[in-house]
Amino acid sequence: MAYHTLLYGFVFLPLCLIAYQMVPQRHRWKVLLAFSWLFFFIISRKLLIYLIGATVITHYTGVRLELLHAHEEKEKEEAAGRKKKEIRLKYQKRSRQVLSLGILMLLGVLIYLKYYNFFIHNIESIIDLSFLPFALHEKNLLLPVGISFYTLQAVGYMADVYWGKIRAEESLGRTALFLSFFPQIMEGPICRYTDTADTLYAGRALTWENLSEGYIRIFWGFFKKLIIADRLSVIVGEIFGNYMEYKGAVVAVGAVAYTVQLYMEFSGCMDMVIGSGQVFGIRLPENFRQPFCARSAAEFWRRWHISLGVWFKTYIFYPVSVSGIVKKWNSFGRKHAGKYLTRLVTSALALFPVWLCNGLWHGARWSYIFYGMYYFTLILAGMAVEPVRDRILALLHIHPDSFGWRTVQIAKTWLIIFTGELFFRADGLRAGLHMFRSIFDGFEIRQLWDGTLFGLGLERADFAVVAAGCIVVAVIGSLNERGLIPRIHSLRLSEPVKWCTFYALIFAVLIFAAYGDGYQAVDLIYAGF
Amino acid sequence: MEKLLAILNEIDDSIDYVNEKKLIDGQLLDSFGVITLVSELEDAFDISIEASEMIPANFNSAEAIWNMVQRLQEN
Repeated sequence: MAYHTLLYGFVFLPLCLIAYQMVPQRHRWKVLLAFSWLFFFIISRKLLIYLIGATVITHYTGVRLELLHAHEEKEKEEAAGRKKKEIRLKYQKRSRQVLSLGILMLLGVLIYLKYYNFFIHNIESIIDLSFLPFALHEKNLLLPVGISFYTLQAVGYMADVYWGKIRAEESLGRTALFLSFFPQIMEGPICRYTDTADTLYAGRALTWENLSEGYIRIFWGFFKKLIIADRLSVIVGEIFGNYMEYKGAVVAVGAVAYTVQLYMEFSGCMDMVIGSGQVFGIRLPENFRQPFCARSAAEFWRRWHISLGVWFKTYIFYPVSVSGIVKKWNSFGRKHAGKYLTRLVTSALALFPVWLCNGLWHGARWSYIFYGMYYFTLILAGMAVEPVRDRILALLHIHPDSFGWRTVQIAKTWLIIFTGELFFRADGLRAGLHMFRSIFDGFEIRQLWDGTLFGLGLERADFAVVAAGCIVVAVIGSLNERGLIPRIHSLRLSEPVKWCTFYALIFAVLIFAAYGDGYQAVDLIYAGF
Repeated sequence: MEKLLAILNEIDDSIDYVNEKKLIDGQLLDSFGVITLVSELEDAFDISIEASEMIPANFNSAEAIWNMVQRLQEN
């Protein structure tokens, strides 16, 4: 029961809304928890036990950390002067042990389920493990849906309690709801406690405004997913599934089509998720902000899968940047290497684990690790050439914010994105490298209009629908980029306009969605991560 | 405060640090700028900045950065 199914939109969600509204305000969060666990049980059955286990570990780690904070404060109040520092260090050590244990348990489960087979397979390909007294074989491990998302959310929560940014949640049930809220359990966004807690537990009564705007947002997600993404999945499947048969412009089209498919699907899913929260009056953070307007690879990642980027920045990039090894390099570098190199190496040291984890987080495949390293290299290279680039622009009297230069930067970023997604989607690193090379093998631009593309499973009308859908999404994105959507929203849409929008989306989905003969239901891509 | 403004100007002298209140929220200072600033602050004011301090509220303005520096010097 994914978010784009009729069962979710017209049965599960309405039933939850009715039950939510029927109970008193202080118990409404319990209804959300019951439906969240039911949702998880429907899609993962007995694997619900992993979610419950993660909840218990997260909750009691938080409670223990809070208790240690309280003891520390009490002892500090009673102590004087220099002793306070000793007390702080003593409790810092204890808290760190508690946090480490919590993180180890949660990540241990994730690593075992997600990466065990990958490690065994790679070790076996290097050394013969038959000398071991016990057998190490690949196992048939079932991965609970959403484990990569809720594990990061849980680790973030524990770290925030450890740092004293938030107080630990006292109720186990409320912690459970924070980790399992059904609209976000499959694909995120990876929320921080401060993002959602206030509205998640408030139990606000349903309002017509929230219901109508929430459902419009859900249908906007249907529009992107069912009309554009699912149609593109036909040619993407054909080109990537039979990559040995294609070369030149067709492979390039495959890379672009997959990028658009992924964006429409993932951002569409986020529209369904955020809309599902909104109908209850629950605010979930945005996960996309017009990523194709980015002028660099670094900016692209501040606009694409924002919650993952924020998580990596907060819990890996910043902690690594103030770690002992980086501090040592900083003081050494400033004395011996100069500011430019010191800054570059510091950034590299902090960025490397971020992009290694980013690649691995997507799955246990070398192509995902390559994908992470690809962006690590490009972002670092971007930083390295920045001073030279600025000097050249100044020499040529080109303003960095001029339309022409912005266009060049956006076009360059598109090339980076399309190439990255080609490796991301390819069936393994070898296939990715083969496809990349094959683009330059007999590249003929006329393949784009000589009818070759119509032999990939989509007809002219399908291409027209995809193009029209993309134009609609681009126009809305452009209005959003200019900050016009909130201004239009603040005008308070009159009821007729709201209904017209709603009906337009419903009819667009009913008429143009990719279903029926020749189409197969397409699972949510990110739910597989 | 003047010492802090000198450090900030060395990182990017195109920003009006006296009046700017959205260094992070307005994306004037990115994460690379923050980690450069942190190492400069640690050196200049003999403080240790933990990852927990690296939140927008502490870096959104020169005043917020100065308040953080003073608080850490007291600890």
